[in-house]
Amino acid sequence: MKKLSARRRHPLAAVVVLLLALAATGGLYAAFAPADKAQADETAQSLTIEEGKKLYSVGCASCHGTGGQGTTDGPSLVGVGAAAVDFQVATGRMPAQQPGAQVPKKKNIYSQAEIDQLAAYIASLGAGPEVPTKSQYDPAGADIAEGGELFRTNCAQCHNFTGKGGALSKGKYAPGLEDVDPKHIYEAMQTGPQNMPSFPDTVMSEENKKDIIAYLNAVNSDDTVNPGGLDLGGLGPVSEGLFGWIFGLGAMIAVAVWVAARTAKAKKS
Amino acid sequence: MSTTSASSHGESRSRGKAPAGERLADWADGRLGIYSLAKANLRKIFPDHWSFMLGEVALYSFIIIILTGVYLTLFFHPSMNEVEYHGSYVPLQGQLMSEAFASTLDISFDVRGGLLIRQIHHWAALVFLAAMFVHMMRVFFTGAFRKPREVNWLFGFLLFVLGMFTGFTGYSLPDDLLSGTGVRFMEGAILSVPIVGTYLSFFLFGGEFPGGDFVARFYSVHILLLPGIMLGLVVAHLILVFYHKHTQFAGPGRTNKNVVGMPLMPVYMAKAGGFFFLVFGVISAIAALVQINPIWAMGPYRPDQVSTGAQPDWYMGFSEGLIRAMPGWEINFAGHTLVLGVFIPLVIFPLVLVAIAAYPFIEAWVTGDKREHHIADRPRNAPTRTAVGVAWITWYVVMLIGGGNDLFATHFHLSINAVTWFVRIAFFVAPVIAFIVTKRICLGLQRRDKDKVLHGRETGIIKRLPHGEFIEVHEPLSQEQLYSLTAHEQHAPAELGPTVDENGVERKIKRKDKLRAKLSKGYFGEDGQIAKPTVEEYKEITSGHGHH
Amino acid sequence: MSSHEIPEENLPAAQAADDHEHRSVAVADEKHPFADPGLPPHEHRIQDIDERAARRSERTVALLFTVSMLATIGFIASFVAIGVDENVYVWPFGHTNALNMALGLTLGLALFCIGAGAVHWARTLMSDVEIADERHAIEAAPEVKAKVMADFKQGAGESQIGRRKLIRNTMLGALAMVPLSGIVLLRDLGPLPEEKLRHTLWSKGKLLVNMNTNEPLKASDVAVGSLTFAMPEGLEEHDEDFQKEIAKAALMIVRIQPDNIKDKQELEWSHEGIVAYSKICTHVGCPISLYEQQTHHVLCPCHQSTFDLSDGGRVIFGPAGHALPQLRITVNDEGYLEALGDFAEPVGPAFWERG
Repeated sequence: MKKLSARRRHPLAAVVVLLLALAATGGLYAAFAPADKAQADETAQSLTIEEGKKLYSVGCASCHGTGGQGTTDGPSLVGVGAAAVDFQVATGRMPAQQPGAQVPKKKNIYSQAEIDQLAAYIASLGAGPEVPTKSQYDPAGADIAEGGELFRTNCAQCHNFTGKGGALSKGKYAPGLEDVDPKHIYEAMQTGPQNMPSFPDTVMSEENKKDIIAYLNAVNSDDTVNPGGLDLGGLGPVSEGLFGWIFGLGAMIAVAVWVAARTAKAKKS
Repeated sequence: MSTTSASSHGESRSRGKAPAGERLADWADGRLGIYSLAKANLRKIFPDHWSFMLGEVALYSFIIIILTGVYLTLFFHPSMNEVEYHGSYVPLQGQLMSEAFASTLDISFDVRGGLLIRQIHHWAALVFLAAMFVHMMRVFFTGAFRKPREVNWLFGFLLFVLGMFTGFTGYSLPDDLLSGTGVRFMEGAILSVPIVGTYLSFFLFGGEFPGGDFVARFYSVHILLLPGIMLGLVVAHLILVFYHKHTQFAGPGRTNKNVVGMPLMPVYMAKAGGFFFLVFGVISAIAALVQINPIWAMGPYRPDQVSTGAQPDWYMGFSEGLIRAMPGWEINFAGHTLVLGVFIPLVIFPLVLVAIAAYPFIEAWVTGDKREHHIADRPRNAPTRTAVGVAWITWYVVMLIGGGNDLFATHFHLSINAVTWFVRIAFFVAPVIAFIVTKRICLGLQRRDKDKVLHGRETGIIKRLPHGEFIEVHEPLSQEQLYSLTAHEQHAPAELGPTVDENGVERKIKRKDKLRAKLSKGYFGEDGQIAKPTVEEYKEITSGHGHH
Repeated sequence: MSSHEIPEENLPAAQAADDHEHRSVAVADEKHPFADPGLPPHEHRIQDIDERAARRSERTVALLFTVSMLATIGFIASFVAIGVDENVYVWPFGHTNALNMALGLTLGLALFCIGAGAVHWARTLMSDVEIADERHAIEAAPEVKAKVMADFKQGAGESQIGRRKLIRNTMLGALAMVPLSGIVLLRDLGPLPEEKLRHTLWSKGKLLVNMNTNEPLKASDVAVGSLTFAMPEGLEEHDEDFQKEIAKAALMIVRIQPDNIKDKQELEWSHEGIVAYSKICTHVGCPISLYEQQTHHVLCPCHQSTFDLSDGGRVIFGPAGHALPQLRITVNDEGYLEALGDFAEPVGPAFWERG
């Protein structure tokens, strides 16, 4: 371990990693890109990567190292893939503002084009999950009920029955999932941001993920019907108990005060 | 009202025959003796105070629970047979679930008004327990548990405890993922019982958890056994309230030998009867507007699934806090395991409740009081008792916080481990602090009362005297106020008596008596109460200079 | 009570007793510096002296009762007119069931107005003259007590229960024994525990089936940092004993870099860093699976027991008393993960016979 990290800090390490990564990406492209369009794509791609690298050196390099190799302040980004970048940057988590138990979601400061450039650059460092296409994460036609069962097996333990979020150890937490873009939910499952484990396609199929997104869409969106009325945050008995005490019993006591109060006397007025 | 209209109507109709209402009453009297019963009770006096109506809130929510509960049994299937759901709630269609869960879904989505009745039932249960809790605290802080009401205090306490378990068995019935997790916890707790734990668990669940029996078994406990006992206790509780007559706060004309207020017929029939409808109305409105226990969002129970934020209803929350804060102690010896991490909380759970239930008897022993008490204490005038009560509530609330430690962590951006450690420490420290602080506050309020009696009420009017001094004008209190503020009794602490008897032989004083004398000093010694103003003090101040 | 040690008259209550029992109403004394002025004279309400105000009250009460009637009609109308699955958007309650809201509000209004009418009637129109009722001691007078004691003695004597000890003792014996039948009857509530809690469905060669896809898991499918749940092959959701079996057999599969696994046995029982732990918490049996992939900690959502999956499932926080059981796994020839046997120890909460 020690030897490895010592080597990792070598000034040339970044270059070596970068070269390897570029070679790998180039090789992959050579293998997979359609032959006739390959030439044009490659130029456009390398331009994008170049732009991404510029953005990276301004916004990310201070923590993740000049070549994405990672420092004590941030993990290595080699091999995390474009999907991870798209998730982290588009939800505003990256760049992080301050160290803490967990990096929170905040307002995103990059345009989608910039995020794509960053993602392309990071993807060029090492192969990883790609940004999903709309057909992958669009929940239309998915099985909501199946998604519910999958959600309760895989997700509810941290994110609550309907994705309202919950506590993890030592100040960490699983965030609420309301208003999260289906694309980002998909990316989170695929890449496992921060302490969340990943649910790669090999163990949770694309179909499974779609079902989960469809379920969340049904139970935790602006259109979700709460047939009983106010859902009190969907947090279960704690908020119900608080409501019962404050408003339920509070109303009873207010009524009791009225019932037991003396009626105004004629003389005093 | 109805009798008067009936009688006037009857009179005009026939001369020789008594009116119909009277004839019916005569008929009933000949068989049931209702006139003798009504003689004592028709004009029974009840004092007016809002805090005396908290018990009524509990009574009425209990009635509401029974009414709505009967309705729910018409549709609920207490069975754990697996069925595939094909009702109208889309996100569960095609899922496997127990019949209990499926029928609860049907009540919520396919029976018109079923959801409303379910929500009234559940909200009324939360209010029932909360109302019993505050009613119990009202009785505690005003000393209304003293002779002759100790037995009724125990009846009330039993009702509270049975209410907790009726609630627990009730919310476990739908067999949803949240309540199932609670039942699993219960099974784990039973397993921790030394020697017989596994047997108890196998007998309760008809084999290994979850088995196929517990819903049906909980059902008969929830709708028959526990409510049956509770109904009996409620009747006994009410009979005793009638028999003892209600306590009242001290005031002009209100003594230990009378009860001042309005008669049952007509004022309290209208007020108490009306209050039932008010309570029912408020709970219905809450059930119309605020969702409770959305089992469809939780899904059917499966022992391998769970959600974060798994908590019981609030009245079981303190036991949840106990178990969450407990360190994981486990002792293995000679092929056996003593699961202290679970068993200790399981033992403390009833002790927490017994602590408050036993207090009246402890106080009676310390004070040696054998008289009847019908005047409710103002909490400040019994500082030690009030401090004990607040310490107990603090203890209870600390455990409630422990039961919701994960939600406290997420909503106040704290570490769950820090919250747990806070609960572990506060479990021991917070009640002590609460005791000390409350006692100080009570004594402060007693001093203020004394000040008010001697110097009058602060009017807020500032006057400048000829020599330039500013003073605030104090208005003397009326005789009524003076009496009310000084009506409470004050005792001197118990003395151990001479340590040497008349023959000069040293008496042996039992440790129990030493403790009793010490406690008595805590109640009535210098630090236990502020002496009431005396006649001399009052005369000296009022006869002397006008102000001050 | 041993009150004979502390003289009775020294007890706080005794000191006040005389005063308490015999105090008359109007005199001040040392214990009560201010005399009781007695019940204040009754004051009239507006409704008592002004018939117009009384009429207003009457009308208010009647209005409340009328509103209640209308609300009940509204309830019935809503029941008939609104479909059980109709939803509406109402701020701030969000999308909610129209029928529930309509029924609840009309019912609430109907009930509340009856109550409000009755209370308003009582407060404004019924007499508000306060009446004092005398209390009587609960304790019976001595002669009553004497009569009861005498009756009891006579009855007991006539029964001869004190004299005929044989009858008394056999009766007590019979009464003490007869409930035993009831207790014996409870025996068939369930089977005996025997060794049932010690075994799960896992056995040598059983494949690990991915609960998401219902397909056997391949070692190559499990990535570092991922989380997968598995059950033994052959177990189906439709099986009658599915619930009972999954309650013990549920697995959580994670993959940790072998370098990061601190416990030697854990590494041995894993397959290239793929470890299979019981999903059932060792505290009271909640399915534990809040896995933090960076710290390798897994937290229980019920009572926050925290286990370190990179260190033999050791407890690092919370009320659990022992480590999470690990299932020994390997891969078969086709690359699928399979168990090498059952758990080495009982899964789930501890119990007396666990040892």
